[in-house]
Amino acid sequence: MVGTRKGAFFYSSDATRRKWKVDGPHSLGQIVHHLVLDPRDGRTLLMAARTGHLGPTVFRSTNWGKSWQEAKQPPAFKKAPEGQTGRAVDHVFWLTPGHPSQPGVWYAGTSPQGLFRSEDGGVTWNGVAGFNEHPMLPKWSGGPGDGTPDGPKLHSILVDPRDPAHMYLGMSSGGVFETLDACASWRPLNKGLVADFLPEKDAEYGHDPHCMALHPLRPDRLYQENHCGVYRLDRPGEVWQRIGLNLPKKIGDIGFPIVLHPRDPDTVWVFPMDGTTVWPRTSPGGRPAVYCSRDAGKTWKRQDQGLPREHAWFTVKRQAFAADDGDPAGLYFGATSGEIWMSDNEGRSWRFIASHLPHIYSVVTARTTSCKS
Amino acid sequence: MQVLIPSPLHSYTGGRSQVEAAGHTLAEVLAHLDARYPGIRFRVIDEQDRIRPHIKFFVGGELAPAIARPIRKGEEVQIICALSGG
Repeated sequence: MVGTRKGAFFYSSDATRRKWKVDGPHSLGQIVHHLVLDPRDGRTLLMAARTGHLGPTVFRSTNWGKSWQEAKQPPAFKKAPEGQTGRAVDHVFWLTPGHPSQPGVWYAGTSPQGLFRSEDGGVTWNGVAGFNEHPMLPKWSGGPGDGTPDGPKLHSILVDPRDPAHMYLGMSSGGVFETLDACASWRPLNKGLVADFLPEKDAEYGHDPHCMALHPLRPDRLYQENHCGVYRLDRPGEVWQRIGLNLPKKIGDIGFPIVLHPRDPDTVWVFPMDGTTVWPRTSPGGRPAVYCSRDAGKTWKRQDQGLPREHAWFTVKRQAFAADDGDPAGLYFGATSGEIWMSDNEGRSWRFIASHLPHIYSVVTARTTSCKS
Repeated sequence: MQVLIPSPLHSYTGGRSQVEAAGHTLAEVLAHLDARYPGIRFRVIDEQDRIRPHIKFFVGGELAPAIARPIRKGEEVQIICALSGG
């Protein structure tokens, strides 16, 4: 499932993953930041969308995009009291299905930073008061200028598979935050993270996590690609370890996405980008490569076979790199230049399966028997 | 009154570029439109009742600064999608 700046696309294959069929575009012209299938029912798709003119919304399909229904009540902040300036959702950026024990529950993260919850499969959405109305949120998230060029974002909403009341999320900017009581209260979880754009050395918040992932088979293990490096945190520890320092210095450890192996919590992939000088955010030296660690970040191996050897200046956004659950695991990333690259051997070699798409925002995988193609 | 609907909103109006609505203010017209075409209001007005950045409303040929703009008898409402980038 591919979300782009101009619509959504489905790519499907059989278990060999050799030949791919395309279905799309869906909702041509909509800016699709995230397109996610509900793993609990295998049929409900939610799409976070807006257009250049029109405001943000969520579309829903249960027939692989043959038809889409708009949310009856899309994510929206509370109306501010008279005389006060209230916040408005600019775009829905992130979608996360809820815990398996809570069918129909979804979470959405927005720009500017807001957390929303649906209990009816994405038809109606309400703000999570414990977060959106937290007295510290304005300080945690900073001002409108403390975010990416197209707006500050709430992302990486992670639900502990052992406990639906235990969740993490990331804010760019803001940092990582944790709740243990079903979103009633939140606290920063940013010790050990570098924030070289802040005057304070060990800032409690104000960090810029780009993407965070939790391993479903070892939920106490978190990985994070951050504006200032790649990190791992093994709970109940509180201090992030910068595993990105083990990447080659000439490559650096700046990037947007981070991807975990479906079965091995020690295996992780990143897609480094150039975070030097004025931050081009392109593949370092124009030579794109994935880096893989098989030992939880102690050592890294370059994986670039099949990728362009030079003159390739694309970027991979934070939702645009994903793994499937095959054996060996398949890897997929979508580039800002509109290609989808895949590996059916855990990154040892790559080939592209689509090109000339619009700027790609998200790539999400799903195993299904019913995908229209 | 007549309300002129731009193409990005035709998915709400069943393809119609001109629809009938009633109201004494732009806010009332939008409420009427939203009752007939659910969801259309939020795509052009945010949750703080502000007109979205790339949307313009013209009432009787004049730019409406806010949804409180009164609408007099015989005035036409036009929704415009202004330039919004590539």
